Amino acid sequence: MSALLQIAIKEWRDGLRNRWVAAAILLLAGLALLLALLGATPGGEVKASALAVTLASLASLTVYLLPLLALMLAYDAVVGEAERGTLLLLLSYPVPRWAVILGKFTGHLGILALALLVGYGGPCLLIALTRSAEAGDWMVFAGLIGSSLLLGGAFLALGYLVSALVRERATAVGLAIGLWLVLVVLYDLGLLALLVADENQAIGQSLFSLLLLFNPTDAFRLFNLTLTDTAALASGMTEAAGSLPAPLGLAAIAAWLLAALSASILVFQRREL
Amino acid sequence: METTPAIRLHAVGKRYGDQAALSDVTLAAGQGERLALLGHNGAGKTTLIKLLLGLTRPSEGQISVLGLQPDASDFVALRRQIGYLPESIALYDAMTGEEVLAFFAKLKGHGAAECRSLLETVGLADAAGRRVRTYSKGMRQRLGLAQALLGAPRLVLLDEPTTGLDPALRLQFFQVLEELKAAGATVVISSHALTEIEGRVDRLAILARGRLVASGSLEELRAAAGLPVVIRITSQPGEAPRVAEMIGGQGQLTKVNDRAVHLTCLGSEKMELLRHIAGLEAPVTDVEITPPRLEEIYAHFTGEAPRP
Repeated sequence: MSALLQIAIKEWRDGLRNRWVAAAILLLAGLALLLALLGATPGGEVKASALAVTLASLASLTVYLLPLLALMLAYDAVVGEAERGTLLLLLSYPVPRWAVILGKFTGHLGILALALLVGYGGPCLLIALTRSAEAGDWMVFAGLIGSSLLLGGAFLALGYLVSALVRERATAVGLAIGLWLVLVVLYDLGLLALLVADENQAIGQSLFSLLLLFNPTDAFRLFNLTLTDTAALASGMTEAAGSLPAPLGLAAIAAWLLAALSASILVFQRREL
Repeated sequence: METTPAIRLHAVGKRYGDQAALSDVTLAAGQGERLALLGHNGAGKTTLIKLLLGLTRPSEGQISVLGLQPDASDFVALRRQIGYLPESIALYDAMTGEEVLAFFAKLKGHGAAECRSLLETVGLADAAGRRVRTYSKGMRQRLGLAQALLGAPRLVLLDEPTTGLDPALRLQFFQVLEELKAAGATVVISSHALTEIEGRVDRLAILARGRLVASGSLEELRAAAGLPVVIRITSQPGEAPRVAEMIGGQGQLTKVNDRAVHLTCLGSEKMELLRHIAGLEAPVTDVEITPPRLEEIYAHFTGEAPRP
C-alpha cells in the first residue's frame, strides 16, 4: 500500500513537470474559458441559465481533449520505463506489479483532476459570479467533473493496457492515437452514418442505445447530455439516447475502466523483463 | 539459519523462445560469501541475476534466494533485504539525485537520514540537488550503488558494476565491497574485468554460452584447470646453465640464459620440484613462483581469450 502511494506521488510530480501535460492543461483551460465567454452571451429563446449552457459545451470539449490527455499520460507507463531501463530497477524493489499500475493510475488521475478543476472551475466560477446560475447547476457541475474523471480514468486504463502489451514505445504511441481516433471520432461517425442509413428503423432504438454504451466516450455523452435538459435540447443525440437512464452511462464508463485496468495488470504480470 | 545458503540454483534453465539463455546451472553461495559471475557478454550473467531477483521465471529447475523461491508471492517483501545494481543503470532523469534516492528508500520503508549518509559515502553529497539528467556516467553509477546499499541489504547483486568507471571510483567501489563483507552481506558480482575480481571474491563461477563451465574458489579452479605454475630461478651471473643442468629432467625447462632459469610444472608437482631445487648445492639467489592467473584459468575454461 505504501509502495502504491510512493509511486502515485512520483507520477503526480512527474506529471506536473511534464511540459506536454502543462500545455494540455492550459489548452483545456483556454478553450473552456472561450466556451464560457461565448456560451454566456444571452441565449435568447433557450430558457436556461448561462452556467448550464456553459456546462453543456464543456462536456463536448471533455469528450475530445480528456481522452487525449489521459492517453498521453498513460501510453508510456510500462513500455517507456522498460525501454529506458528504469522498470528493471523498480521491480527489484518490494513493489508488486499491480501496485505499479495502480500507483501510476492514482497519480495520473490526480493530474486529470487538477486539469479539470483548473480548466473548468475557473470559467464556471466566473460565469456564476457575473451571470446567472441556479442552485441545481452546481450539481451538474459536480456531475460533469465526476463523469469526466471517470472517462479520463477509463482512457488511462486503456493506455496502460496498450503500454503493457507492446515492446516499443513508438508502437504504443501509434496504438494510443489509433485508439483515440476510433473511440472518440470514428465510432461516433459510424453510428451517425448507421442512423442516417437506417431509414426504416430496422435496427431499432434500443439496439442503437446499447451501441452507445459500448464506447466510453458515447456513454459519457449519454450521461452528460441527459443530465441537463438544455444540453439535450441542443443535441442531436437526444433521440438516440432516448430511453436509457443517465446512471447507465456512468456504469458503462466504470465497467470500461475496471475491465481495462484489470486487463492491463494481468498483461503486466505476465510480461517478461 | 546460518547453514542454509543465501542463494541456490538447481538445474536451472531459461529459454527465450527457442534460444537458451541458461541451461542446467547448479550453483550456490553461502551467507556472507562473495561470488563472482564471470563470462563474456551474452554468457548468461544478467539472465542469472534477473532470475535471482524473480524478474523472470526459470524455464526449468529450482531457485532459492534467502530461503524463498523468487516467484513465491511473499518474495516481494523479501526484496527489502536485497540490493541490486543493474548493468548500465538507468535512473529517473527528471528527478534530482536526492529525490531518486529518497523515492527508492521509501519503497524499502526507510527514511531520508540514511539517504544523506549514503550520498556522502558514494561522494555525491554536493551533486545531490542536481537533476540526474546532468550527471556523468560515473555519477550515475555512484547513485546506482547508493540505491543498491539502501537498508543494509543481506544480499547484494551487482551486474557489471565497474564497467566505465574511472580508477579512483573502482578503488572506492571495492572498498564498499569490503564493508559489505564486514557487515555479513552476501554479494554476487558479475564482471568481465578479471584482474579486478581476482583476490576480491571468495568464489567464482564461470559461464560460457549459458552453461556453468566451472565454479569454486580460485585455488579449486586452479587445481581443476591443471594449468602450469611458472618458476623463475635467478642464479649468480653466468651460473644459470649449470643450475639448469643440476635440476635435471624435473619440470619443463622453458628458458635458460646467463643468470635465469625458467621452469613450468603442474600445481601438484610444485612442492616436490621446489624441495628438489632447495636441496641442490646450487648458486641460486632467488626463486619466484607464479601460479596461473585468473585470466588464464578463465581462458582455459571458456576456450576463448579473455576480453581486455
